[in-house]
Amino acid sequence: MREDRVVKGVRFRGHAVVGEILELAARYRDEGADELVFYDITASPEGRSVDRDWVRRVAGVLDIPFCVAGGIRSVADAEAVLAAGAEKISVNSPAIADPSLIDRLAARFGSQCVVVGIDSETAAKGYRVHALTGDPDRARDAGRDTITWVREVQDRGAGEIVLNCMASDGVRAGYDLAQLAAVRAVCNVPLVASGGAGAIEHFEAVFRGTGVDAALAASVFHSGSIRIPDLKAALAASGLAVRP
Amino acid sequence: MGTVDVVIVDSGGANLASLQIALARLGAGSVVSADAATIRGAPRVLLPGVGCAQDAMARLHRTGLDRVLPSLQQPLLGICLGMQLLYERSEEGDTPCLGIIPAVVRRLEPATGRPVPHMGWNRIRARRSDPLLDELTDGEHLYFVHGYAAPVTDDTVAVTDYGADLAAVVRRGNFSGTQFHPERSSRAGAQVLRNFMRQPACC
Repeated sequence: MREDRVVKGVRFRGHAVVGEILELAARYRDEGADELVFYDITASPEGRSVDRDWVRRVAGVLDIPFCVAGGIRSVADAEAVLAAGAEKISVNSPAIADPSLIDRLAARFGSQCVVVGIDSETAAKGYRVHALTGDPDRARDAGRDTITWVREVQDRGAGEIVLNCMASDGVRAGYDLAQLAAVRAVCNVPLVASGGAGAIEHFEAVFRGTGVDAALAASVFHSGSIRIPDLKAALAASGLAVRP
Repeated sequence: MGTVDVVIVDSGGANLASLQIALARLGAGSVVSADAATIRGAPRVLLPGVGCAQDAMARLHRTGLDRVLPSLQQPLLGICLGMQLLYERSEEGDTPCLGIIPAVVRRLEPATGRPVPHMGWNRIRARRSDPLLDELTDGEHLYFVHGYAAPVTDDTVAVTDYGADLAAVVRRGNFSGTQFHPERSSRAGAQVLRNFMRQPACC
């Protein structure tokens, strides 16, 4: 049996108030989120690493797994985040710049700690990886085909892939089912869908239609337009296996 | 410095923080140590483990703990890889382990709908009662992250189904283990840790 996970992404910019982060973390914990992902979306474009103090404070609040993404460029960066209490680290742009980072992280911490985030967009032919998407001015095509990159990161030891379908992100028109199914077909590690959740039906559609292991959403939970307990009750009622 | 209720074996994993925080929430004082005397004198021992079996066993060899741990009389709980180290051997790097529980830990094979590593919330089902499962509802969800698993044997207290039944909670005398991470398994996980901490410190 595999339980479908509802994963909550918390995006913050620059000097986000730690109090707000802790409050959100506690709220989502109590509402039954299965996992939280914290993105420091400005860390990579600005060439700095995530500040660790908030990681330690978040770890004190959470009794569910959480993943930290943004600005992890080395084994030492990852070690500091994991030592502060995070369950997993997620790499995106730095792995594109130096794919051997994935091998080194997996060798040191085990694949189960190493998530690779991929920002991907539909192109004329297939899907293309984008890098540095945290900064609109510096975001660019990473010169890689998404399917090829998904295979490569697994070979290098990625233990989980979060696929953010960029055209869908923030639009709330539903997950990109075609793209997620295409990636699922070549992905043997856990696959998390990201980008596009706008309604409860979208979650059901992505679990049933693509075989992803988890669905991540941010804006619908932040805005309160979907409450996690309502979502989980609806998914359970539809016959999907969810943790109550 | 407060009372030490449990000693956490320093098995070289990077993330002991979440375990220490979870214990602190229960009001339990813990120290992390790789020192044989400290561990021998501990009221209870936790053997965590993140990473791979070879590295963890190599570290236990270096500190002599590979001989100390099997001789302990106090309650010991292995978590995740720490539970797997209690067995005779792991297929991960074909590593001889502590030999406390008979059986060999095997690699999970990926299948459609069952990626490896297995990561996520899975239900456990009790095969018999055990102090670790006190006040837990059968079918409770706990958080798993693993690429290897122990088979169901006489020492298996509870199982989880991931394509086939796998050992989720094990016990042999004072030695126990969970394949899931109680420190990251919400209220149900906290209950398992609380149950472990309730076990009398020594025989």
